Amino acid sequence: MAATTTAHTPDDSEGMAYLDTLPKRVVTVYLPLFVILVVLLFPFYWMALTAIKPDDQLIDMETYNPFWVVSPTLKHITKLLFQTNYPLWLWNTMMISVAATVLSLFASVLAAYAIVRIRYKGAVAVGAAIFLAYLVPPSILFIPLATIIQAYGLYDSPFALVLVYPTILIPFSTWLLMGYFKTIPYELEECALIDGASRWQILVKIILPLAVPGLISAGIFSLTLCWNEFIYALTFLSSTQNKTVPVAVVSEFVDGDIYRWGSLMAGALVGSLPLVILYSFFVEHYVSAMTGAVKE
Amino acid sequence: MADIALARPAAAASTTGSAWSRLRTSRGWLGFWFMLPAAAILLLFLAYPLAKGIWLSLTDTRIGRGGNFVGIENYEWLWDDSVFWLSVFNTLVYTGFASVAKFGIGLYLALLLNKRLPFKALIRSIVLIPFVVPTVLSALAFWWIFDSQFSIISWSLRHLGLLDHNIDFLGDPTMARICVTFANIWRGVPFIAITLLAGLQTVSPSLYEAATIDGATPWQNFRHITLPLLTPIIAVVMTFSVLFTFTDFQLIWAMTRGGPVNATHLMATLSYQRGILSGNLGEGAAIATAMVPFLIFAIGISWFGLQNRKWQTG
Repeated sequence: MAATTTAHTPDDSEGMAYLDTLPKRVVTVYLPLFVILVVLLFPFYWMALTAIKPDDQLIDMETYNPFWVVSPTLKHITKLLFQTNYPLWLWNTMMISVAATVLSLFASVLAAYAIVRIRYKGAVAVGAAIFLAYLVPPSILFIPLATIIQAYGLYDSPFALVLVYPTILIPFSTWLLMGYFKTIPYELEECALIDGASRWQILVKIILPLAVPGLISAGIFSLTLCWNEFIYALTFLSSTQNKTVPVAVVSEFVDGDIYRWGSLMAGALVGSLPLVILYSFFVEHYVSAMTGAVKE
Repeated sequence: MADIALARPAAAASTTGSAWSRLRTSRGWLGFWFMLPAAAILLLFLAYPLAKGIWLSLTDTRIGRGGNFVGIENYEWLWDDSVFWLSVFNTLVYTGFASVAKFGIGLYLALLLNKRLPFKALIRSIVLIPFVVPTVLSALAFWWIFDSQFSIISWSLRHLGLLDHNIDFLGDPTMARICVTFANIWRGVPFIAITLLAGLQTVSPSLYEAATIDGATPWQNFRHITLPLLTPIIAVVMTFSVLFTFTDFQLIWAMTRGGPVNATHLMATLSYQRGILSGNLGEGAAIATAMVPFLIFAIGISWFGLQNRKWQTG
């Protein structure tokens, strides 16, 4: 969480807060905020606690206080990492996410630049169409897409996801990058055009270096969206070694075993941690991606 | 592509109006080349499947077997199917309750976070964690929290003396609906709170100062300053929220798979079950297509919200 201390949003929302007395602030601000934070974080506490609890404490809630753990164990996590395909699933998830993100960033940069700066005939309409594409949810596309994936011979292949995920990412990234590109002054481009630079050179040498924060925002947000994606991965992948973490944890670990909870929660924890760590380094970028795409 | 092959670079050098130089420099063609990757992916994997889904819903296609055109038979079949109507009802109730609660709690949390707080940036980044963690994985944590035998909630209530038996959270239809709705609210509140907070931060504090000097109460401040200025963002955020709650799949699939006795089946989960698991692609596509009118309705409302803003700013 170290990155969050570097947040440099100007705190001009102070306003008239100094008028409130401390007891009033405790009751109207701190207490409700504390309750909400506890509710928001409790599932993660519970997930982490279960992941390191020995099996006997999991099912014996009378001898031990279930809110704490006596003699924690790494058994569930080591079992996960050394006796299952979990490392493979993590690797799949990572590779698919990175590949889909890179592909959609490439396509989005070109599209956003064309819409904002080349302004070909109909650019505004295309921009609106891309925004509409943002509003098409995967739940209504997965059945026809499954038949299309099958027809292209991509069924049960990670490439299917690398090609399909950009449909979620491109509309969002394009819209976000359009906002960034609009803030870059025209004069820079005019100078370069007069000096004989091509559009491609302008994009690579002038626009992109200036839009790095936007690229990071779009990239981080895209990565988390890919990591999170479930319905396409569930529909298009079938063999165990090709699965992504969310699908694998749901389908491979869920059986009738009463002792499954330890490994299930360990799976959920290990699958979430990389994303949370990544997020903690780029909080500001992540938030600006999330809010920027909505505000445009 | 044929144009490029025909136009020789040498010819381009001599005549400025040649096909090659037009392709390289004309605004329209340049735009075309730049749009190509994004357009290809979106047309191939978004627009085409969207159309194909509607076509599939008019056929009796099954997995591994091409179908014949059957007109609106799938829809007629669904019209008389009580499970389908139950899923529509569930989806509407789920979306309704979850969206209202998410909006209420989200706005409240945004207002809290907009106050002067120590460690504000840290708190804000913690609030967003439920949104960052993959939904399925946090849904599994909820599944464990709502376990019929080892639920921590049942345990706490029993030890507080409020209860003498375990609650069957996900086994009882009403209880299961409440649980999945709660999990959805839990997951959606951070997104709404943080985006509304971004909107709140653009409201100048001097407006509140001026209104307070004129004798406005805190409620009046909220009603006549905060809410009107926030309306455009609320419209967009709630559209997204309604859209993605309505088409929710993964939360339900990880927690209940539509059970008990179809009580938590949403249209998306029913579509997956009929379309992929049972192999009736046509019927599954029909259920998915039946969601489209609702989605258009939601987008329409948001559009009117945005129109309002234009009208307000004159």
